[in-house]
Amino acid sequence: MDRFLFTFFNAEVMAEYLPNILSGMWVTTYLAAFVIVTGLSLGLVLAVLRSALSQKMPAPLSWLTGALRLSLIFYVDLMRSVPPLVLIVLFYYGLPALGLDIAGLGATWLALSLVLSAFAEEIYWAGLISVARGQWEAARSTGLSFLQTLIYVILPQAVRLAIPPLTNRTIAITKGTALGQVVAVQEILYQAYSGLSFSYNPSPLTLGALAYLALFLPIVIVGRWIETRFAWRR
Amino acid sequence: MLAASGMTTESRPILDVRGLRKSFGSTEVLKGIDFRLAPRELAFIIGPSGSGKSTFLRCCNRLEEPSGGSIHVDGTDIMAPGVDINAVRRHIGMVFQSFNLYPHMTALGNVTLALRLAAHIPRAEAVDLGRTALARVGLADKERAYPGELSGGQQQRVAIARALALEPRIVLFDEPTSALDPELVGSVLQVMRDLREAGMTMLVVSHELQFARAAADRVVFMEGGVIVEEGPPAQIFGDPQHARTREFVARIDGHH
Repeated sequence: MDRFLFTFFNAEVMAEYLPNILSGMWVTTYLAAFVIVTGLSLGLVLAVLRSALSQKMPAPLSWLTGALRLSLIFYVDLMRSVPPLVLIVLFYYGLPALGLDIAGLGATWLALSLVLSAFAEEIYWAGLISVARGQWEAARSTGLSFLQTLIYVILPQAVRLAIPPLTNRTIAITKGTALGQVVAVQEILYQAYSGLSFSYNPSPLTLGALAYLALFLPIVIVGRWIETRFAWRR
Repeated sequence: MLAASGMTTESRPILDVRGLRKSFGSTEVLKGIDFRLAPRELAFIIGPSGSGKSTFLRCCNRLEEPSGGSIHVDGTDIMAPGVDINAVRRHIGMVFQSFNLYPHMTALGNVTLALRLAAHIPRAEAVDLGRTALARVGLADKERAYPGELSGGQQQRVAIARALALEPRIVLFDEPTSALDPELVGSVLQVMRDLREAGMTMLVVSHELQFARAAADRVVFMEGGVIVEEGPPAQIFGDPQHARTREFVARIDGHH
């Protein structure tokens, strides 16, 4: 038991690496925040775009919209099938070769945002198409435009349906910030891991686990609250 | 957008449909419909399911895109290239079988949405107009209720108020009572009767033959994508000229 405590809850080691872990928490926090904001907004834009591209069009225009719609779906499927870690490494080493200087932090942010946008698009889209067709018809029959109908009538209903799966997916992907460790993003896991290698003691990892808990447990709870908040009477 | 109503003569039809055709793929649902509706007239369209009556109605505000022919509403060619279809639709009310109220908005929210966004009426004024419209259908006390808290009959009356608030030239009713429990039908028909008294031009697809007999100026019998026969209710129900009309009326009346 003493040995266990010494290995995983070594107070001396913990005290030494606490400042590092705290700074890692800060990095994880803003990285996750940026990923959530860009991923969810890009996903919403893509879903709305897909909805617009799925409208009936006259012949020559319909080829263009059809092609755009297919490339959008291809992007979404691609981003959903590639492991986020592969994307991070690819961006980190690949983009500088293309003349685009990107740090590990930028690569992680970009990769996770794109992956989240793809999953979010699918979830929003499922919400959009499950809103009854009569809602479109009623709104359009009163003279509302396509965009007005989408924004004021369809999206509020679609987003409500999308919130539970969206919360789950968002949490899963933001936890992926830990992957940034491989490209030297100084987030929680990176700090914990370097603490481990310097001290030869895994207590920094315990601290890291607690830091993740402190960060993500509130997010999970907020997610649950949002779910109940948006469940209105039908 | 619609031609200056000051110029309107009583003789010009509100709805003027000529040679209307509509196909879904290779199936021709409307095979050349000619139809005119005078101001303040209430016409009923009856016919077996699949006769194209709902499609006809939905072509009148281009919820379905016609394949051929022409439609004028209050003098405006609604199929002209470059026509502002949203402006046209503001003047054509539509009431649906399944109400289609917005579940996330109150009754008043449902009624005022298009006033604010499509007609660009300031919020305070839109609220006044919305309350007036709700009062017209007897639901002044329900403005804060969500659709889920209202009975089917009340929901349909809110839907009628939503159409009326925009002061339409014509209201299209697509089986407005078919989704209602029998005891709730009366309240909706009463609102339609009031509208007729107020001089609203109405085109109604419905199976409420009693109501048609009592309130319609004209009954149109459709089958197989064409108008088989039309005339005053007394003629269509009492002395139909076509064998198919006779057959249909006899079959429907048997159910009542």
